[in-house]
Parts: sequence; C-alpha cells; structure tokens
Amino acid sequence: MADVFMLSRIQFAANISFHILFPTITIALCWLLCYFKVRFHLSGHPVWMRIYRFWVKVFALTFALGVVSGITMSFQFGTNWPGFMETVGNIAGPLLGYEVLTAFFLEATFLGIMLFGINRVPPWVHTLATFIVAIGTSLSAFWILALNSWMQTPTGHEIIDGVVHAKDWWAIIFNPSFPYRFAHMLIASGLTACFLMAGISAYRIKRGDNKKAPQLSLKTALTAAALLAPLQVFVGDLHGLNTFEHQPQKVAAMEGVWDTTEGAPLLLFAVPDETERTNHFEVPIPNLASVILTHDPNGTIRGLNEFKGEHPPVKPVFYGFRLMVGLGLLMLAMAWLGSFYAWRKPAMPGWLLSGLVAMTFSGWLATLAGWYVTEVGRQPYLVTGILKTADAVTDVHPGNVWLSLSAYLTVYAVLLVAYIRTLFLMARRSVEIEEIQPHEHDNPFRQARPADTAPLAQPGGSK
Amino acid sequence: MIPDYALADIFAFLMALSVLVYAILDGYDLGVGLLLPMNNEQHRDKMIASIGPFWDANETWLVLAVGLLLIAFPTAHSYILKALYLPAAVMLIGLILRGVAFDFRAKVRPGRKRTWDHVFKIGSLLATASQGYMLGAYVMGFEQSLGAIIFSLLSAVGVTMAYILIGASWLIMKTEQDLQQRAIRWATRASMVSFVGILAVCVVNPLINEQVMSRWTTAPSAYLFAMIPVLCFMFLTLQVLVLRRLPLANDEGCWLPFVLTTLVFLTCFAGLGVSFYPYVVPGVMTFTEAASAPDSLRFILYGALVVIPCILAYTVFSYRVFWGKVRDLTYY
Repeated sequence: MADVFMLSRIQFAANISFHILFPTITIALCWLLCYFKVRFHLSGHPVWMRIYRFWVKVFALTFALGVVSGITMSFQFGTNWPGFMETVGNIAGPLLGYEVLTAFFLEATFLGIMLFGINRVPPWVHTLATFIVAIGTSLSAFWILALNSWMQTPTGHEIIDGVVHAKDWWAIIFNPSFPYRFAHMLIASGLTACFLMAGISAYRIKRGDNKKAPQLSLKTALTAAALLAPLQVFVGDLHGLNTFEHQPQKVAAMEGVWDTTEGAPLLLFAVPDETERTNHFEVPIPNLASVILTHDPNGTIRGLNEFKGEHPPVKPVFYGFRLMVGLGLLMLAMAWLGSFYAWRKPAMPGWLLSGLVAMTFSGWLATLAGWYVTEVGRQPYLVTGILKTADAVTDVHPGNVWLSLSAYLTVYAVLLVAYIRTLFLMARRSVEIEEIQPHEHDNPFRQARPADTAPLAQPGGSK
Repeated sequence: MIPDYALADIFAFLMALSVLVYAILDGYDLGVGLLLPMNNEQHRDKMIASIGPFWDANETWLVLAVGLLLIAFPTAHSYILKALYLPAAVMLIGLILRGVAFDFRAKVRPGRKRTWDHVFKIGSLLATASQGYMLGAYVMGFEQSLGAIIFSLLSAVGVTMAYILIGASWLIMKTEQDLQQRAIRWATRASMVSFVGILAVCVVNPLINEQVMSRWTTAPSAYLFAMIPVLCFMFLTLQVLVLRRLPLANDEGCWLPFVLTTLVFLTCFAGLGVSFYPYVVPGVMTFTEAASAPDSLRFILYGALVVIPCILAYTVFSYRVFWGKVRDLTYY
C-alpha cells in the first residue's frame, strides 16, 4: 500500500505530465500561426488563411486542455506539498505570481479575440492578437522555467531560520541552468508542434486530400523541424555540460557511471542495477562520454558512488535520457529526409508519409522523457541542496489522495483519447474546417471517399 | 515605500478583489453552463457563444486568487486547501470538464455534440456546487460536524442559485427573443431562491460564530454594517420588480439585471468581509500572521501595480470588441 508521499508524487507527476503535453504544442504552434497569418497578409493567397483556420482550431483545443490541466497545479502546491511553499515560497510565489499576471491574463484575453473576433476587429488587430497570444505563451514558459531552473540550480537567495529569502531577483531568475533549460524547452516545443503538424498533414495527404493546404503545411513543418533539430542537438549538448557542472550526480545517472572514471565510455545500452551498483549488458563506445562532457578522451566523470544517498534513482534517468536522445536523432533524420522530398517536389513516398503519421506525437514522448530525466534526476531533492522532496509532503489522509488521484487519472485518460481522436477527425473533416466554398467541393481532383462526403454536404454547423 | 505592516492588508484586499471578480465573471459563465437547456440545441449554441470569448480569462481570476493566497499567505493556503482537499479536487475536475467541453463540442462528430453538452453542464455543476460547499465549510471554520456539513450543502445550493441568477442576467443582456424570455423566467426564479438563501446565511452566520455576532452587533460600526444587508435585499427586490417588466421596447434596460446581480454579489461579499476580517482562516489565523516575507511581497506588488491596470484595460477592450447581442457562432 503506497503512502501519502508516493501517492502525492504520482499525482503530481501525472498532473504535470498531462499538463505539459499541451503547452509544449501551443507555445510553438502559436508562432507558426503568426507565420501563416503574416504570409497571408503578404501574399493574399487564400491557402495561407485555410492553413491558419485549420490549425487555429487545433490550437484552441490544445490550449483549452493546457489551461484546465494547469489550474490543478497551483492547488496541489498547497494540498500535497505544503513544505515547498513554507520553505521556498518567498522565491516560488513571486515567480508564479508574475506568470499569472504577465502571461495568463494576456493570453486568455487575446485568445478570445483571436478565436472569435475575426469579424469584429480589423485584420491587423486580429494578427496582433495572434502575436500577443504567442508572446503570452512564451512568457508563461519563461517564468515557469525560471522557477524550475532555480529549483535545479538555486542562486541569489539566503536561508534565515530554515526559510529561503530572496536576495537578488536577477540572479534568481537568470540562475545558471535557466538559459539552457529555457532554450531547450522552446526548441522542444518547436519540434513537437512541427511533428504534430507534419503528422496530421501527412495523414491528410495519405487519405487522398490533394489540396494545397496540407502540402504546404507539411513543407513548412518539415522545414522548420529540419532547422530546429540540429539546433536542439547543439543546445541539448550545452545544457548537458551545464548540468555536468552543477548537478554531476544527475549526469552520472544519465550516463550510468558508478565509479569515478577517467575516459568513461558512452553506453548505447545497459541495464543499471542499483542493488549491486553496476550495469549489466553494456554496449559501450569507449571514451565517448568523456569526450562529450569534458572534451577530453580521458576526462574525469564523477561516479554515482561519490553521491551515495544523494543521487537520483538510476534507471528512470538512464532510460529516459536514451529515449529522449534516440527520439531526437530520429526526428532529425526524418525532418531532413522529409525536407529533401518536400523541396525537391517529387511526390513524397508512401512509407515516408506513414512514418511521419507514426511520429505525430514523437515530440510528446521526447519532451516527457527529457522532463523525467531532469526532474527525477534532481531527486532526492525538491530544491537542490535546500529541500528534500520527502520533507515537503503533506499530512493529508492517503485515502483522500487515492480518491483524487484515481479521479484525475480517469479524466486524463478519457481526455487524452478524446484529444487524439478529435485531431484525426478534424483532419478528415478538413474541407469543412478550412471553409472551402461549396463549388470547390466538386473539385474532380479530390479523391473523396463516399464516407467523407456526407458530413461535407452540410457546411457550417460547427462553432 | 510601502511599510511592512500594510503589506498583508494590501494583499488581503487584492485577493478579496480577485475572488469577487472571479465570482462575478466565472459566475456568469458557470451559470450559463448550468442553465444549458438539453431540449434546444440552438439555444445551447447561442448561450455558449455568448461566453466563448470570455471564459478563459474569467477562470484566470481564480488562478490569480489562489495564486495570491499561495504567494502572500502560504500557510493559510495549505491550511485551507488541506481542509478542503476533496471538494477542491471535485471543483478542479468540474472546471476541467467544463473547459474542454467548450472545444470538443464544436469539433466532434455531430452525434457526439450532445454528449459534450452534457459534460459541459455537469462540469459547470460540479465546479459551482463544490465552490458553494467550500464557501460553507470556510464560514463554518472547517468544522467536521453534521451541522457543518448540512450548512455546507445548503451553501452549495445557494451558490448554485447565485450563479444561475448571474448567468441568466448575462443572457438577458446578450440574447434576444425567446431565449431572452426564457432567461427572464430563469432569473426571476433564481432571484427568489437567492433571497431566501441569503436571508438564511444572514441569520445562521452570526448565530454559529461569536466573533461574527459581536462584529455585527457592536455599536457604532454595526449601524454602518447594517447597511450592507439592507442594500443587498433592496437590490434583490428591485431585481424582481425589474424582471417583471422586461423585456421593454427596443430592449431598453436589458443590462439592468446584470448590474443589479453584480451589486447583490458585491454586498454579499462585503458582508463576508466584514464578518471575517482580519482572519484569513476564521478563528485560526489572521492575514498578518500568515503573510510571507515583506521583500517578496513588495517584489510582486510593484509588478502587480503596473500589470493590473493593463489587465483591466485589455479586458475592457475585449468586452468592447464583443459588445452587444451575441451573433451566430463564427469560430476561427
């Protein structure tokens, strides 16, 4: 029977994992919407507006899921982790407060104008509203990553009677790991949104939708992904070096290094064993971990045994890291291959389209894996060196946490299935959503299946 | 420079303000959700269209209110929310369901739309009733007795009625013809039930709580405070009289019920404020005792003083954009 500590951890992990799926898409998707809107203003070509119309609806749905799942978090700080606010509330409070004040109201209000106001405001105001929402979503990421990074690498504070007080807000916000984590997350969001867009567009093309909109959105998404993926490898490497400097025990778990080693190998695969404190079934590349982390084939990597009792559980960090990097490299390969076809203009081969459809949510997996590496990698601390997770937990009755946890999990599972199904349903109803005029329905080139035409016969009807 | 001793009061005021704004704004859109008629899809579409552009920003006031509680009074935040653990979870699930139903209903297969409208209504009800329950539990000082639970349940009914009233008032302002007439009927019934509910709270609250009793009966301030319930019942009576005459030619005065309901909310809220200030947890903890470090409060306050006027400005802008009667659903 799990205790309130484990239950609260599972509940928070479930909430934040479910939540992060949606902002990861919306942060970057809104900038892509701005791009489509600007292209429309510049060219006047209706295809840009159609792409915008389709994706703004995906954005609205995703944003709504992000908003409602985010609210639960601010309640759980108090209900399940009272020790967090009691110890570091003087830092966490203002950062969260600024997120609400500068980002939440901004994006929520202008989202209303962006979604419903297109006939009520001049076109430039509508485009401006889109920009403001994009700025809002990125600002929100800024504040929350400032807080998360401070929890990883705290600076700019002093501790008086066990309670953390702010000394230098600049140092708190721009703490050592913040710039890397922020850049890493923004690019992750870009890749997630691009692969979502590529996957849904490829799905439409595969189903015989030969209009210009899916082709163009596929090309845009793949091109952006092809540019972002190598950038992410570079930024990820910098982030890793930063972690190596400030949280060596996390890197030791990521690399599966038990004893402090000179010239540590890069493990492509292994099964870490925490009871025997060794790895089984290692597939090593000699010296490569040292080269990556210290730029010296014989560089020293401090092992987990130096941090006994103070290092994170190894398996989730070790596997999570490999999943993230593996997916990242796969995304890089697919983005380049896809861009090659998209720009060279021959029809994209079926297997590549299928591959892109299969990778529609690859960004989610990579992002989640990355967050698990960094958050589990901070354990046993909640705030590195200041507050242990176990010391922050609530004394609420475990039965209550069981109840709330099972309710959240049920709701989240249903919503996740509904979300994914609705995205593909929207792809199938794209003609209606993009508001193609009735006479365009007769387009002889559109290989509509009989099943598709029925709902299309009644345009409008949806909000 | 703001002195340390004033900070707790300033933040108490800001938090109370966001709770009030939340109750009015999300109150009307939760109320609209509660009223969704399952027998008329056109009315449902219109009603949801009337709150579509606003609900997200409205809900943000709750995030701000809870955020301010968390930031400025962290010990009170964990005390209150631990005591209200399950109703808070129910409210959050209600808000989740309501929020996502907005979007799913417009995007799923036509046959599924009705299901999501049900979800919309149930979500609104869960959120509203649990808020009312939490208010009741708060007033009762988080007592665990049977009496306290009954009071909390009654409070859940009361808040549901209040939200229905403000939701119907919103619809009177934003709709026309048969939907408007329907809203007038809804509002009339809700006004009468609210009248009884508020009266019950006015009687019960001082009886169960000595501090509240003395606050309301100690002269000379009690004379001033007595104005609050008097005004409240005056507004409610006026509301019923106005509703009887609506709709007028050219739809004059269609905004009156909403304004009157807002005034009723304001007076009720002032009544609660008078009863419990300076306690953030009734009888247990004052605002000053629960306040966090002055430096952190100052850091957020200076920002808030700049940002809140901006928020108000663009909120007004947004309401102006969507001024007037709700048009047919156009969703971009």
